[in-house]
Amino acid sequence: MSANYVLKNATLADGSIADIAITGEKITAIGKSLEGSEVIDCSGLIALPGFVDLHTHLREPGFEQSETVLTGTQAAALGGFTAVHAMANTSPVADTAGVVEQVSSLGREAGYADVYPIGAVTVGLEGKQMAELGAMANSKAKVRVFSDDGKCVHDPLIMRRALEYVKAFDGVIAQHAQEPRLTEGAQMNEGAVSAELGLTGWPAVAEESIIARDVLLAEHVDSRIHVCHLSTAGSVEIVRWAKARGIKVTAEVTPHHLLLTDELVRSYDAVYKVNPPLRTQADVLALREALIDGTIDIIATDHAPHPIEAKDCEWPAAAFGMLGLETAAAIAQQVLIESGASSWERLAQVLSYNPAAIAGDQDSGQPIAVGAYANIALIDPKAVVVVSSESASKSNNSPYVGMTLPGRVKHTVYRGYFTVRDGNLAKVGKH
Amino acid sequence: MTHIKNLLSAGDVDRDFAIHLLDVAEGMSDVNDREIKKLPTLRGKTVVNLFFEDSTRTRISFELAAKRLSADVINFSAKGSSVSKGESLKDTAQTLEAMGADAVVIRHHASGAANVLAHSGWIQGAIVNAGDGTHEHPTQALLDAFTMRKRIHGNASSGKGLDGVKVAITGDVLHSRVARSNLLLLNTLGAEVHFVAPPTLLPANPANFNATLHYSLDQVIDIEKPDVVMMLRVQTERMTASYFPSEREYARIWGLNSDRLVRLKDTALVMHPGPMNRGLEIDAVSADSPRSTVLEQVANGVSVRMAVLFTLLSGERA
Repeated sequence: MSANYVLKNATLADGSIADIAITGEKITAIGKSLEGSEVIDCSGLIALPGFVDLHTHLREPGFEQSETVLTGTQAAALGGFTAVHAMANTSPVADTAGVVEQVSSLGREAGYADVYPIGAVTVGLEGKQMAELGAMANSKAKVRVFSDDGKCVHDPLIMRRALEYVKAFDGVIAQHAQEPRLTEGAQMNEGAVSAELGLTGWPAVAEESIIARDVLLAEHVDSRIHVCHLSTAGSVEIVRWAKARGIKVTAEVTPHHLLLTDELVRSYDAVYKVNPPLRTQADVLALREALIDGTIDIIATDHAPHPIEAKDCEWPAAAFGMLGLETAAAIAQQVLIESGASSWERLAQVLSYNPAAIAGDQDSGQPIAVGAYANIALIDPKAVVVVSSESASKSNNSPYVGMTLPGRVKHTVYRGYFTVRDGNLAKVGKH
Repeated sequence: MTHIKNLLSAGDVDRDFAIHLLDVAEGMSDVNDREIKKLPTLRGKTVVNLFFEDSTRTRISFELAAKRLSADVINFSAKGSSVSKGESLKDTAQTLEAMGADAVVIRHHASGAANVLAHSGWIQGAIVNAGDGTHEHPTQALLDAFTMRKRIHGNASSGKGLDGVKVAITGDVLHSRVARSNLLLLNTLGAEVHFVAPPTLLPANPANFNATLHYSLDQVIDIEKPDVVMMLRVQTERMTASYFPSEREYARIWGLNSDRLVRLKDTALVMHPGPMNRGLEIDAVSADSPRSTVLEQVANGVSVRMAVLFTLLSGERA
């Protein structure tokens, strides 16, 4: 059978140059001078495994004015993602098999990326009673990642039980580490800037104390623990210590915590309001170093769309969260490649292999190899892009608008289908 | 001297402009001593007092200031915010813009609300911050500086700063917009700022505060010998949130009382932005002593607010 597409002269993450042949949904050959029905010149483009986001808010069901599974996965495709994990804080909350199956089915209908629902750890995200994790795991959505994201599973006993319980189906708890009492009314990082601005502080210790507790709990019950959006230098130290001790902890960092600091809050522009908050430059540098040395395993976007009215207001009234899917790869390139500190191979690990491995995804985040699904992001690394306010997302709360970032996602291939071609989104998804 | 369009922060004014405002206020103060306390300067201008938070004192001070300059004054008491599904700041601002407000004096419970109003493009008029959350209250700092200058230099105040004046600001620094605005303006005018508070009511990271921090009011009085002791109001919501064990203990350690009053140096001033909790942060003897400037602060508030509205609205470029 002749290949549908040949990606000609693509540069792989290891620097080698090859043609990639795609037939149906799979990669069928990698080599030189391959032939197919359509040959696409990929000279100068880096071919990476399609990105996998472990932390996306698709907002559907319930908050369709902010985002839908369709618009969110379209934004994902434009960012080079071929799989996203949809957070559970929808309405109704994704705490039952019914809701996670609905989200999963909406993802298939959209056809822009694999959508893996994340199940809530506790009923209604209320932190009191464990949700039916087994039912969600055994549903058609096959949930393996559970999180109350947006809220912390702060009750230590509930957290311990959840860590233990999900071992039955090799699940993982993804913790939003935020001690609730220490962050009552918190608006921004507690530090020198919050003292000046008179905004209630969100202290680093509120994150670090929960991470410290959770890695010790995970050690005690021999479970995996995943730390969402780690944001402080102190958190890095705790995770580094835990890993050295052999605790099964993985950690994620968001693009915004790798790039932006609390100095931006001086504008009182609520586009910079996010949870956990933007921290200091010292934190940013510690997070970058940890991403490069492997203490932090992945970049996850925490893509959090909000309608205009949720941001166009005074700071304390505004919602927490910012967009991230369409700009994540560029920020990863800035931090790992343009800095000269790391490699495309590491970028593929943190945006694709590692998140898929943490979540146990079988079809996504696999190396570009014969027999694998053709999930490929093709990046033009030399492009320089001024971020525009246009977005596939239904919302426009991007903190990067007007910033210059390196690289551009030129094509995204999702299961053999071009969801993005020459930077343009396909009009319909894969069916 | 850098002229400004809005007064959002005490940090917006440089030294020359701050002294200019205080000098203009001296002139306004003379007007307030006349039989006919009115100038025609802002006739035809509309000043809106937009108060999202109750503050009768500040509102009537601004109202009187605008009326003495012959401006038309509208008081707009808005409740709620976009959080509580009340009227949003944006809708309110656009409404005022449609009505043609030349200046909006805003008091809001959210830190930064005045900044958002000034930079959102919702409204063209001048914005005066009359207190935003726990951030700033710049006209309070101006009236405090005016009061200090007047007490220290008397009729020779014009043109002077507050160089070398040692000011001990005591109380809930963490949540005080009065403290933040005073810090900035006093630094600009050359004064030396000392903050005195229980550690729970100081910022966890004061790195950007150009002030000396103290835990003991007694030590500050006996060792620093301040020229001014400014007591901050203890808000009732702090009393139940574990910032300090009890009102009694707070009053004992951080309150200004007759024992401490007599240890102040002879020329020292006692200030309070009002309203006072008598018996908590300040006792009656201190509040009513000749050192106390509390009522002068109220009177000077009108003069200073006249100077601010006049300077922002008259198009005057000194």
